[in-house]
Amino acid sequence: MLDNLSLFVQYPPLALDVVLNGLLIGAIFALAAYGMALVWGVLNIVNVVQGELVVLGGYVTFVAVQWGLPPLFGLPLSAAVMFCVGWLIYRAVIFRVVDRDIFISILATFGLSILIQQLANALFGSDVRTVDADLGSVHLLDGMVTLAGIKLLAFGLAIGAGGALWFFLRKARLGQAIRATAQDPRAARILGIDTDRVFAMTYALNAALCGAAGSLAVMAWTIHPYLGLPYTVRSFMVVVVAGVGNVAGVVAAGLGLGALENVAGFVFGVEFQIAFVFALMVIILVWRNAMAARKRSHLE
Amino acid sequence: MTRHLVSGLLLGAMLAFGGPAAAEDPGTIRLGAAVSLTGKYSSNGAFTRNGYDLAVKRINDEGGVTVAGRPYLLEIVYYDDESTPARGAQLVERLIRQDGVKYLLGPYSSGLTEAIAPVTEKYGVPMVEANGAAISLFRKGYRYLFAVLSTTDQYLRGAVELAAAVNEDPSKLRVAMAFENDPFSQDVREGVMEDAAKHGMKIVIDDKLPPELNDMSATLSKAKVLKPDLLLVSGHDKGAALAVRQVADQRLDLPMMALTHCDSAQIAEKFGAAAEYTLCAAQWASTLKYEDALFGSASDYAALYEETYDHAAPYQAAESSAAVQVFADAFERAGSLEPDAVRDALSETDIMTFYGPIRFDETGKNVSKPTVLFQVQDGKYVVVYPREFAEAEFRWPTPAWSER
Repeated sequence: MLDNLSLFVQYPPLALDVVLNGLLIGAIFALAAYGMALVWGVLNIVNVVQGELVVLGGYVTFVAVQWGLPPLFGLPLSAAVMFCVGWLIYRAVIFRVVDRDIFISILATFGLSILIQQLANALFGSDVRTVDADLGSVHLLDGMVTLAGIKLLAFGLAIGAGGALWFFLRKARLGQAIRATAQDPRAARILGIDTDRVFAMTYALNAALCGAAGSLAVMAWTIHPYLGLPYTVRSFMVVVVAGVGNVAGVVAAGLGLGALENVAGFVFGVEFQIAFVFALMVIILVWRNAMAARKRSHLE
Repeated sequence: MTRHLVSGLLLGAMLAFGGPAAAEDPGTIRLGAAVSLTGKYSSNGAFTRNGYDLAVKRINDEGGVTVAGRPYLLEIVYYDDESTPARGAQLVERLIRQDGVKYLLGPYSSGLTEAIAPVTEKYGVPMVEANGAAISLFRKGYRYLFAVLSTTDQYLRGAVELAAAVNEDPSKLRVAMAFENDPFSQDVREGVMEDAAKHGMKIVIDDKLPPELNDMSATLSKAKVLKPDLLLVSGHDKGAALAVRQVADQRLDLPMMALTHCDSAQIAEKFGAAAEYTLCAAQWASTLKYEDALFGSASDYAALYEETYDHAAPYQAAESSAAVQVFADAFERAGSLEPDAVRDALSETDIMTFYGPIRFDETGKNVSKPTVLFQVQDGKYVVVYPREFAEAEFRWPTPAWSER
């Protein structure tokens, strides 16, 4: 551990490399987490199938490239296809569990995740898949800092999508309806909002964001049918840290976790990378709880 | 695949009835196998089954096996273990107790073999397996377990030896390792550590990749400044694909990089120039110069396999076929179908197959076949180690990215 820390002292640009690469990793997780924050906030559902939607998005891009389309075209295509898939999933399953106990929805989405894993395995095989976007890498500071082009694109897209989502929720008619439904579905219904449609659109939007994240994941890394869980867990963590329905918080939490995770992997060794992130989540939750308790005691 | 099996049986039966030499009806020897046809090992499970089926068909076409003067045809009873160890153990129990199977062929993967071995041991049913290489399997004192493949710790030893051979002073070599934290890869690590220590090499990175990890940049950033002479990565298909992708993305200059599973991850096909110069450890290659009477040479086997199944022969299939050959040989030598007699005959196996020489030590592992190293050269996998099987010179050192 000390050896690894001393590398930072010997080669200061390396610290920058590790942090920047971590931020770029975090961007893809943030993209997958937006949707989870939305669905959680609006439908009051913890969407355990999140990671599988990401993986499916990756397969859409993979198949598109097999058919000879340019990889980057896979990005909007994945989002579009997954938007439809999300809508179908809502119509088939999710609408039945919206008003139910949270455990019912967790069970339902957990079941869906197993179903999608097995379907993906049957359709695409259990092989590891990847797509080369051919974007090259950016080298800074004498090659000490290397940033893969696809990850830079992912970063830009995650920030852009965050901004667009924020704007959409505040300004667009549907966005306002989504926020109104999140605040109070009953009141929203009385005021003439078709909440069922709002739920469906929210879920479809979530799937589209996951699709984009998956498309980036297959170009930056690899995918296989059983890779959903890490994405579900990270999204969950990002949302728990950021708070439900907080777009800016999701960006910050996603990027921050990515950077911290990569630094931890470097310093403690990669075997402790995930453990570190979970420990961090526990600390943040305890701290937030303590803060909330203090606030309550002030109010009393 | 069942169709192949049935047609093989029919053909064998017709030969037996029609031929003047066959005086009596051939009997049937039933082998049992629980392999992964669904779940996460489904593609490798299918290769395993293809390998078994191909060998059974071939043996039956040639008239089956002769035990104590009587001809027998082989038949395999399959179940799908769904890639889960508990299910595998359950199905083997069923094969033995309900289906009355007296000989077993192994499943795919070390984990499933580990789950099944206690069951076969309990019933005294000999098992020849072809896809469980974990060294821990052979440290438990199992008497009825035999494996045709080389154990896991052998996989990357060749890379260390090769590095020692091409460098003037092996004790100056700096080795970086990133191995997944699972039994398979940690076994590989054990072998590497032993050989690296023997040559006095220095381990500069020793990372354990968690199974759910999908980014290696923390490890590769370290390699950027520590400049190892040799990077070794083992993390199944995913680890191989990630290593090739991210080393290229980071334009990390490594004189030598060796991986496991890169043939099944198809790195040469998928990554093109980025995979060039990479070394891949494998159990078998169709270009090796092994031969037997049943299949002919390794390349004859590969051609037959491709003709039958429409894809190139993976080593998982080749070793599975070899497992059936081992059984056939043991039946003939035992001169009896008594499981214990077959077991004793198995323990004295000493044959040459298209897959390589097979001879078991007292723990049941095959000690006479070396693992091979491929190098990706001009988009093809070419054997470069061991030297006696090398098809081409080992290209070393890997040129810097700026010169490629």
